[in-house]
Amino acid sequence: MERVTLPVAGTDDDLMSQAAAGDFAAFQELTARFQSRVFRVAIRIVGQQQDAEDVTQQTFLSLIEHVDSFRGESSVATWILRIATNHALKVLRKRRGLPMVTWEESPDEDSYSTLPHPEFIARWSATPETLVQQAEVREQIESALTTLDEKYRIVFVLRDIEGLSVRETAESLELTEATVKVRLLRARLMMREQLTRAFGDESTRLFPDHEHG
Amino acid sequence: MTCEELLKALNEYVDDEAALAVCREFAEHLAGCNPCQVVVDNIRQSIALYKAGEPYRMPPEFEARLRNSLQERWQQKFGKAD
Repeated sequence: MERVTLPVAGTDDDLMSQAAAGDFAAFQELTARFQSRVFRVAIRIVGQQQDAEDVTQQTFLSLIEHVDSFRGESSVATWILRIATNHALKVLRKRRGLPMVTWEESPDEDSYSTLPHPEFIARWSATPETLVQQAEVREQIESALTTLDEKYRIVFVLRDIEGLSVRETAESLELTEATVKVRLLRARLMMREQLTRAFGDESTRLFPDHEHG
Repeated sequence: MTCEELLKALNEYVDDEAALAVCREFAEHLAGCNPCQVVVDNIRQSIALYKAGEPYRMPPEFEARLRNSLQERWQQKFGKAD
């Protein structure tokens, strides 16, 4: 007689405990819930599809390896994203072929002393929700992201796009929260500048009329 | 609060964290400084744009490969995958 596969439902936490007990269907459901997100984070960090596929595969293989070590200290989503980030960082390190990594802390770039100042200040011609309907805009914003130095890009992806907290982002990258905050600010200012040049309405452009000290 | 100080405190304001003292000063500055107000809006819009866009789809061939490799690993670990 053919087996009947019951639909798998429940919260992410439920599925994690079922998977930890050896329930493959629960694990498959977790994979289905998170694979696109993991792939998206991976491609935004490592920048190309083949490496993003490897990162995604390694992430879920690690998940099997450590399926019984989830302690619920963070959400399942955050836990999985941290594993994915870890694998993505490994790819970046390997690509460089050196133990040196650019996302380590640097006193000059990780201070507030030389923040990039906003130059092109204008209201956007359309809302983000309207803009994102256009395939061209979606390509444009991804390519804008790739212009950010990876140490800023990773922080922006984890914190702003994926919604990890500053603390979770810091833990994932083994950085201090202070460094994450200043990198995030730089990333935000750089993205704002680029995107406002692309989507800003020139006729609303503002020129600060007082001293920006 | 000067524009420069506002720039440094942007994160807390954009994130709407409970930095109340900063927020009050920030709001006072924004009320009198249109450029800074637009900068704050621009940053929020930039973040919203990325959150709204889902540009990458996982290739279906990869999805199939992934499924197979996970099933194989699961079997090695638990001795079954059903």
